[in-house]
This record gives sequence, structure tokens and C-alpha cells, in this order.
Amino acid sequence: MDFNLTEDRQMLADTLNRFLADQYPVEHRNAVAYAEPYHDPSKWDALAELGTLFALAPEEAGGMGGTGFDISVVFEALGRQITPEPVLGALMASRLLSAAGADQEALLSGGTKYAVAFSELDAAYELDQIACAATAKGDAYTLSGRKSTVYGGQVADVFLVAAMLNGKLAVFEVQAGDANVAGYAMIDGAGAAELLLDDTPATLLIEDAAGAVEDAINAGIVALCAEAVGAMDVTHAITVDYLKQRKQFGIAIGKFQVLQHRAVDMLTEIEQSRSIVIKAAAELGGDDAARYASMAKNLIGRSARLIAEEAIQMHGGIAMTWEYPVSHYAKRLIMLDAQLGDTDYHLSRVMADNLAA
Amino acid sequence: MDLSYSAEDIAFRDEVRAFLAENLPARIADVVRGGGELTKEIMEEWHAILNKKGWLATIWPKEFGGPGWSPVQKHIFEEECCRAYAPRIVPFGLSMLGPVLQKFGTKEQQDHYLPRILDGTDWWCQGYSEPGAGSDLASLKTRAVREGDEWVINGQKTWTTLGQHADWIFCLCRTDPDAKQQQGISFILVDMKTPGIEVRPIKLIEGGHEVNEVFFTDVRVPYGNLVGEENKGWTIAKYLLTHERTGIAGVGFSMQALEEVKALARKTMRNGKPLIEDPLFASRIAKVEIDLEAMKITNLRMLFKAQQQGAPGPETSILKIKGTVIHQELKDLARRALGPLAAPFPGHISDGNLMFGPADTAHNAARYFNNRKTSIFGGSNEIQRNILTKTMLEL
Repeated sequence: MDFNLTEDRQMLADTLNRFLADQYPVEHRNAVAYAEPYHDPSKWDALAELGTLFALAPEEAGGMGGTGFDISVVFEALGRQITPEPVLGALMASRLLSAAGADQEALLSGGTKYAVAFSELDAAYELDQIACAATAKGDAYTLSGRKSTVYGGQVADVFLVAAMLNGKLAVFEVQAGDANVAGYAMIDGAGAAELLLDDTPATLLIEDAAGAVEDAINAGIVALCAEAVGAMDVTHAITVDYLKQRKQFGIAIGKFQVLQHRAVDMLTEIEQSRSIVIKAAAELGGDDAARYASMAKNLIGRSARLIAEEAIQMHGGIAMTWEYPVSHYAKRLIMLDAQLGDTDYHLSRVMADNLAA
Repeated sequence: MDLSYSAEDIAFRDEVRAFLAENLPARIADVVRGGGELTKEIMEEWHAILNKKGWLATIWPKEFGGPGWSPVQKHIFEEECCRAYAPRIVPFGLSMLGPVLQKFGTKEQQDHYLPRILDGTDWWCQGYSEPGAGSDLASLKTRAVREGDEWVINGQKTWTTLGQHADWIFCLCRTDPDAKQQQGISFILVDMKTPGIEVRPIKLIEGGHEVNEVFFTDVRVPYGNLVGEENKGWTIAKYLLTHERTGIAGVGFSMQALEEVKALARKTMRNGKPLIEDPLFASRIAKVEIDLEAMKITNLRMLFKAQQQGAPGPETSILKIKGTVIHQELKDLARRALGPLAAPFPGHISDGNLMFGPADTAHNAARYFNNRKTSIFGGSNEIQRNILTKTMLEL
């Protein structure tokens, strides 16, 4: 048993935290997160040069990491600065390319941006409800259907699209230039896209892909949960600091027990969140990966909402302003619940798993 | 990061598991599993079995007759004991007074008292709380006045757990009424057979008798029963509380409780189906199971830190708060799973022929009520929040 990071991962965490704190102050983050292309291309390149993306893939796929703990280290650092870079898409695409045994040097170097398109308007999370379908034309394929809230889709060069082929879920590669891509900013910053496919040419990547997509989603969940832990940690620190500075009735409001105990409850939930991310990261890639990913996403959905809402409430009006960083952390913490399955969806999955046991 | 136990730890776990399988009497495990009353005889019998193996004083170093286990080994032992439905080791002599004597006691005190704790000669209880001193323990008023070679003690202690069985009580007494609150308190050992001591039972919410009031009227004990320095008892009290915190997350007990809830929900029928298939109830189980899964890791993280730093830190208060909330939620679910079958008052119904019914489910409501205590004792959850406010948030 050892809860310390390995030396390599600690170095990666330190490097990323230093780089992001220096290069991604919240004013800069807000400036790029809401203006096209909804991230900072020069910072993306710099992040890639630091080896961020290589850390997300295993050695046999050309990377230098790829375990749950590599992923959680990277995303916790991203979360601390609510970084709007499209790293989630890169991670999930890397999992799919690894499953396909495809070369991913272009992805890991940051030169080609990937996004993973599986959600649809009527199938936000459920893989067995996917309607987008492939048609074979000789050796080639075309896809038709609409993919929704494709994270990082506004700048993707390549989409990995989950679509039905002969009654099974398959994954195809679609070049951005061949598809109708409608990009937009999200309320919590960063970008996504609606992907409209209408007899769009596609290359088959994985024919029987349910397991690979499931794995990509599990990895994405570990990433989002770690990102949330980073963001919660910073939000809590800002809040506690504010409780020390802000005076009302002649004393620092942090002297009021009603606020002290609530700040402690936030701390407790953050520690619990950190724990469940460690568990989900440890199980990633194993037989029980889905169960623990669901547990993590459910718990994080609850704790992130608590931290966001309590941080706003305990600050009072100031955290309601665009100018104050907590408002942006709060938006991220609330909105990430709806990514890759929300609190209720993942609770249902744990329930189903309990029944099957 | 590595969440798995080392090969040595796994070998140790297997050794503990095998020992329990062989040496924990089935009739005792049945009492624990059935939520029945653990009599003094049962507890003494189990203590003796562990002592014979050298596994009774789990946190004592080897030099005093303990097994010299690491925090992780101690955790594994507790986990396995829960898994096997062994009775909880009574902590007052073994986990509380023992470490205090080892750190603050004289050689004579150690030589005299420690072996008697191990072999069960002396059953200890704790004289801390008073009617006017609960969370605000330092406001305690029980007075000890020195007269020659003796202390003369007057006052009252309360919530004295298992005091009805005790041969001795360790007491915090005020020995200098003019000093500031935390100063002027001394730690004194008192033989319960001394004239002037009266023990009165307190009947608890579910009808059980586990705590008592202890009255002291001109109780005379030798001056040498003082532990550590006169008027420095508060230091000892605080030291003891850090030991009280080990294992405080109660993860093993919650895992036990979770299995019980699931078993009850499989047996109970609602709408013609097992309750465990009811989405509302199943979601309550799943939610607390998720919290418990996180708690297991939080517990191990703090254990790992304690092992590295040599002592548990103030963040262990998190374990107390969250651990008790989870356990209480599970006890609530067990009661709710039974619906009306939880209603019978234990001891007022008996029918050993029923496989499943009021006679063997009655204790669930009682356990629910009884376990409301866990967020109150050992420093209430509100006091734990005060501790975290000061130590972790520095507010």
C-alpha cells in the first residue's frame, strides 16, 4: 500500500501546475474560453510539448503512461486552473486508437486534434440507444445522423464517431472537413460542437467497439472526476481564504461557527472525492472499471455541486460576479456532472450492478 | 499509488483469518451477528482467547506484551474481526489506559496494572464526562483534594460505559480549582470497591444498559494512584483521545452493516418482489455503498499517513464524522427494510421456530436507536468540526 505519487508522476504534476499557474491565470483563461476557438492554440502546443498527451497513453501505444493515475494527475492539474484545452477528447480518442492498435503519434504530439462523438440528442449517455448509422459502400462507409455536445469538436481535425453497423456499435474516423460541424462555447467555458452527418465518408476503425467505447468513457470519467477534485480544491481554498478576509459585524466571517462547520463539510466531501478518484483510477482497465467509474461520477456529482453552491453562498454577492474566479469554478463544477453520465445515471448503473451481483 | 496490501500484509491477513475461523466460538459470533447482548462473560471469554494468542492489546508495543503491529496490520486485524463477527475488544483498559500508562505511568504502575489489563484481572472504565462537562470536558468539577498520603474525591461522573462491570475507573479530577480550566486537572486511578462510590445504571433509548452514573462521596484513594504529574492531567486526556481515534471510521462495522441491509432487502417482499429490486430503496443502498467505498480509501490514506508520520493527524476527525454518518445511515436502512417487522420490542417476543420474522429482526430498530450515540460520543461530530476548523482550515 502506497498513497504517494511515483517520482515521475509527482514531477509531471509539479510541471503542469507550475506551467498552468503561470500561463493560465484566470483572466487569460476567461478571455480564451469564451472567444473562438474557445481555447488557446499556443497554450495547447505548449502543453503538448510538456508531454501532457504522451502521459495519457501507454508505452505500447507510443505514450509514456496511460494508467488511471497518469490520467488523474494530468486532469487534476487542468482542473486547478479550469483549463479549457480539449484534452478530454484527446484522452478518449487515444483509448480508442489504442484499442484499434492504430498509430497515434499525431495525437500524442498535439499536432492533430481528436474529438470523440458518441452522445446524441436522444442518447446523451446510453450506448445502446445510439441511432447514428453506417452504410457500407464497397470497402468504404458513410455515416448519417447527428452527434451532440462533442467536447472539443469545435477545433477537432478528426472525429471518432460511434455508430451502428450491422446491429453492432462500431467506431469510425471522420475528417472534420467532410462533416458539417457547428461549434459553440459552453456556459462553463471551452468549446463543443454538434456534428451533422449526412452520407458523410468515414473510415472504419473498430468494428465491434462497445467494449472500447466503454473503456474510453471510463477513462474520460476518471479524467473528469480528477479535474473536479482539482477545481474543488482551489474553490475551497479561495473560500476559506475569503472567510478569513471578509469582515462583517466587526469580525472575520470565518469566526462564525455556522460557516466554519459548512467549510469543514466541504473539506470532508473533497477528501471523499479524492478517495473515490483514487479507487476509480486504480480499477481503470480492469474488470470492475465501470462499477468504480460510476461510483466516482456519482459521488463527484454530489460533492461538486455542494462545493460550487456553498462557495457561492458563503462568499455572498461577490461570487455571483463574472469578475470573481469562484463563479467560473462553480460553473465548471456544476456542468461537468452532465458530461459522460450524470449523478442519477451513474447511481442507476451501480444499482444495476448490485442486482446482477 | 498502490492500493493493494503487500505480500506480508496478505500473509498476515490470511493468518488472522485462519485464527478467527479456528478460535472464534460460533455461539459468540452468532450473538454478534444477531445483535444480541454481549454479556461480561462473553467479552471476557473472547479477550482471554485473544490474549492467549498475544493479540489482545493490538496497539501496545512488544515490550509491554502487545503484538507490535503496524497501523496497517492493526487495521487488517480489525477488518477481519468484523468480517468474522467477533466481538469488539473493550477499549477502556486496552486502548485507552494502557497507552497512557506506557507513556506517563511509573515503572511500578506499568508493572502492576498492565499485566492485569491483559489477563482480565482488572476491568476498567472511563471517568471523563460529567453532567455539566460533556463536549466542554475541561469544565469538569469532580474534586480531588490531597490529605496526607491520600486523595479525597467528591463529585459525579456520567456516561460511564460498562461501568457496571468495572473493577477500576480512571478519572479526570480537578486538583487545583484556582488554575485556569485546562490546568489544575489530574489523572487518578480509583478502585471501584472503595467506600463512597455508587454506580447507578442509565437506561438508554432502546432499553439497554451500557452506561452509568458514578457518584463519589469522600472517596479515599492512595496519593500514588496519580498518573503523571499533578495538575497535568489534561495533557494525558488529550493523548488518550488521539488513541481513541484509531479505527474511528468503523469501516469494518459499516461493511458488516451493508451486507446485513442487503440480506434484509433480499428477504423482504414489497409489491411481490424483493425490496432490493425496488428502485427507491436500491438507490439508497447504492448511494451509501458509494460513500462507504470512498470511506475505505480515505481510511487507508490516513492510515498510510499515520504509518509514515508515526501518529494519526487531526484530519482523522474526518473519519469520525463521515464514518459515523455512513454507519448510522446503514442502521436506518436496516430498520426501514423491515418495515413493521422492526417494531417489536426486543425481549418481548420469542419464537425460535420462525426462520425470519419479528423474533430475529427485532434488534434492528434497537440498533438504529442505540447507534445514534456514535455521532455524539468520543467528541461529538460538532466538536470534530471545531477541531478541523482550527487545525485544517485555521479559521
